[in-house]
Amino acid sequence: LAAAAPLGLGRPALPDEIDAWDVAVLPDGTGLPEGSGDVETGDQVFYDNCASCHGDFAEGLDSWPVLAGGTGTLTDPRPVKTIGSYWPHLSTVFDYVHRSMPFGGAQTLTADDTYAITAFLLYSNGIVEDDFVLTHENFTEITMPNADGFYPDDRAATEYPAFSAEPCMENCRSAAPEVTKRAVDINVTPEDPDGKPAGTLPVIIAQ
Amino acid sequence: MTDEPTPSRRAFLAGTAAAGAGLVASAAAAQTADPLITEVQPWASAFGDPVDAAPYGMPISFESHVVRRNVEWLTESPVSSINFTPIHALEGTITPQGCAFERHHSGAIELSKTDYRLMINGLVDKPLVFTFEDLLRFPRHITTAFCECAANGGMEWGGAQLEGCQFTQGMIHNMEYTGVMLRDLLAEAGVQTAGKWVYVEGADASSNGRSIPLEKALDDVMVAFFANGEALRKEHGYPVRLVVPGWEGNMWVKWVRRIGVYDQAVESREETSKYTDMMPDGRARKWTWVMDAKSVITSPSPQAPIRHGAGPLVVTGLAWSGNGRITRVDVSTDGGATWTPARISGEARSKALTRFHYDMTWDGSEMFILSRAMDETGYVQPTKQALRDIRGLNNVYHNNSIQTWWVRADGEVENVEIA
Repeated sequence: LAAAAPLGLGRPALPDEIDAWDVAVLPDGTGLPEGSGDVETGDQVFYDNCASCHGDFAEGLDSWPVLAGGTGTLTDPRPVKTIGSYWPHLSTVFDYVHRSMPFGGAQTLTADDTYAITAFLLYSNGIVEDDFVLTHENFTEITMPNADGFYPDDRAATEYPAFSAEPCMENCRSAAPEVTKRAVDINVTPEDPDGKPAGTLPVIIAQ
Repeated sequence: MTDEPTPSRRAFLAGTAAAGAGLVASAAAAQTADPLITEVQPWASAFGDPVDAAPYGMPISFESHVVRRNVEWLTESPVSSINFTPIHALEGTITPQGCAFERHHSGAIELSKTDYRLMINGLVDKPLVFTFEDLLRFPRHITTAFCECAANGGMEWGGAQLEGCQFTQGMIHNMEYTGVMLRDLLAEAGVQTAGKWVYVEGADASSNGRSIPLEKALDDVMVAFFANGEALRKEHGYPVRLVVPGWEGNMWVKWVRRIGVYDQAVESREETSKYTDMMPDGRARKWTWVMDAKSVITSPSPQAPIRHGAGPLVVTGLAWSGNGRITRVDVSTDGGATWTPARISGEARSKALTRFHYDMTWDGSEMFILSRAMDETGYVQPTKQALRDIRGLNNVYHNNSIQTWWVRADGEVENVEIA
C-alpha cells in the first residue's frame, strides 16, 4: 500500500515541544533524562506520594496494585504479578511512574523523584541494597528477575493449526451434557429489583 | 402519557393469560376483542411531540434497559475500569455509540478540537505538529470494525461467573469510522529506514502508550474522527482515536496525541505488566495483538429469556474475527452433539461484527445452545477447554471460547459450563 505524496500539512515540531511530550523510555535506556535518586530519598518520596494506595513497602493497600513481592508465584493457581515478580524491564517502571503516577496527580514527579522512586521499588523487591543510587548512567545495568519471562505471540504455531480442522457436525458428543459450572451459584452479577440480571428485557405480554 | 394499563387492557391481559395456558402462544385464539384495537387510543387521536422537542434525541423510555452497565467489584477504581455494551438487546451489527462500552485508565477526558494537537516524532525526516483543522484536510477513508477489549470474557476463564452476555461478551462495539490513514500522516513526516515501530499515546494521564509494528501502521490503521456518522463521543476518544482493525481494544488509543517512530518496541506498561498472557509454565505471551474468531448467541441469553412459550424461536447472535471475514456460524441446541449452520444476515465484513440468525421450533424442553464461528482462514472457534488445555487458567486476556447457555424448560437461561 503506497503512501500518498506529502500534502505539506502540519508544521515542524519544536525541540521543546518534543521534549515535553516524548518522555518514553525504551528497554535499552533510550529516552532516559539526566538525573539520579537513591533508595532513602525514594522511600520518602514514595511515602509522600504513593504509599496511601500502594502501602509503605509497596505491598499494596486494600485492592490497590501490589508493586513488590510475589516472586516465584507465576505458576501458582493465583499468581502475584508485581514489578519484581513479573515486569521484564526497569525502563517501564521509570516511564510509567514518570508519566502516569500518582493516580489522579500524574506528571508531577521530577526526573530525580522518579529515579528515587524507581530505586526504592527495586529495593522493595529485593533487587538492590538500601544504599543503592540509580542514575541515567547505571540504569541499564539492572536486569529484572523476569526479563526472560516473555515471548512473542506464537498462536500461529501453537493454536491456529489445531483449531483449523473441519469441525464435527453430528454425533460429536459421547455422553449427554452435564452442567459443571453455573454462574448463578456465584451470584455476583448486578441485579434488577426483581433479582434478574441487570438489564433483563422487560416483559411485553404477561403470561 | 402514562405507561399504566387501562382497566379494560388489564382485563384483556388477564383473559389471554387464562386462554394461553398450555397452548402454543401463536395458535391461541382471542376470546374477547382486543381493546387496543377496538378502542381509540390516545396516540391515534391527540398530538405526539413537536419536532422541536428533542434536537438530539434519546431512546424512548421503554428501552431504558438498553444501557451500559458496570460491575463494581471488577476494578478498584471507576476511572480505571470497564463497562459493558448491552449486546443482549441489540440487533444488526452497528453499536449505538451512546451505549457502546467504555474502558478508561484515568477517566474519559474532555479535549476540544481547538486544544487538540497531534505530534509525529522520532525516526522521521521532519517531526510535525498537526492541529485538528490540519487533519480534516487529509484524504478520508471509511472502515467498519469491531473494537473488542482484550479482557472480554476474561472473568470467565476459571468458570461461569457473570449472568448475561452483556457482562461476559459485552466489552465490544462495532462502528463505521471515517478518518485518515495513519500511513498518510506518516508520509507527511517521512519515516526513516531505521523506523520499525510506532508508539502511539493518548492525551490522558494514563497515556495508554502502545507499540505497533510499522507494517500494521502502514496497512489499515486509521486515525478516526467520525464514528457511526458523527464525531466520536467524549468517552470514545473525542476528537481523535486510533482504529486498529482486528487487534485488541487496548491498542485503539483514544485522544491520541503523539505517534513516535522508533527502532524497537517501547515495551510500555500496557504491553508488559498488562496485555501479556500468562501461560502454564509461568512465562507469558506478549504482543498478542489479534483477536481470534469468536461468537455468542445474544438471544436467548440470561438477560433475554424465552417468555413466549414453545413454537417458533429466533436464535440471534454475533460473530467476529480479527483474522478476516466470518464465513460460517454453526449453532447447536444439544450441547454440541449436533451442529447446524446458521444464516449470516447482512454482510460479513472483514474484522467487523457479523450477525447470524438461526430459526427453530422450540418444543419447550431444556436446551444447551452454543454457537461456533469460522473465519476465512479456516480457523474454528474453540471450546474453553481446548484453550485451557494449551493456556491454563491464568491467561487473563483473549478468551474467545464457545459460550454455552442452558435454556430451562421455563424459558429462563443460564450461563453454564458443561462437560
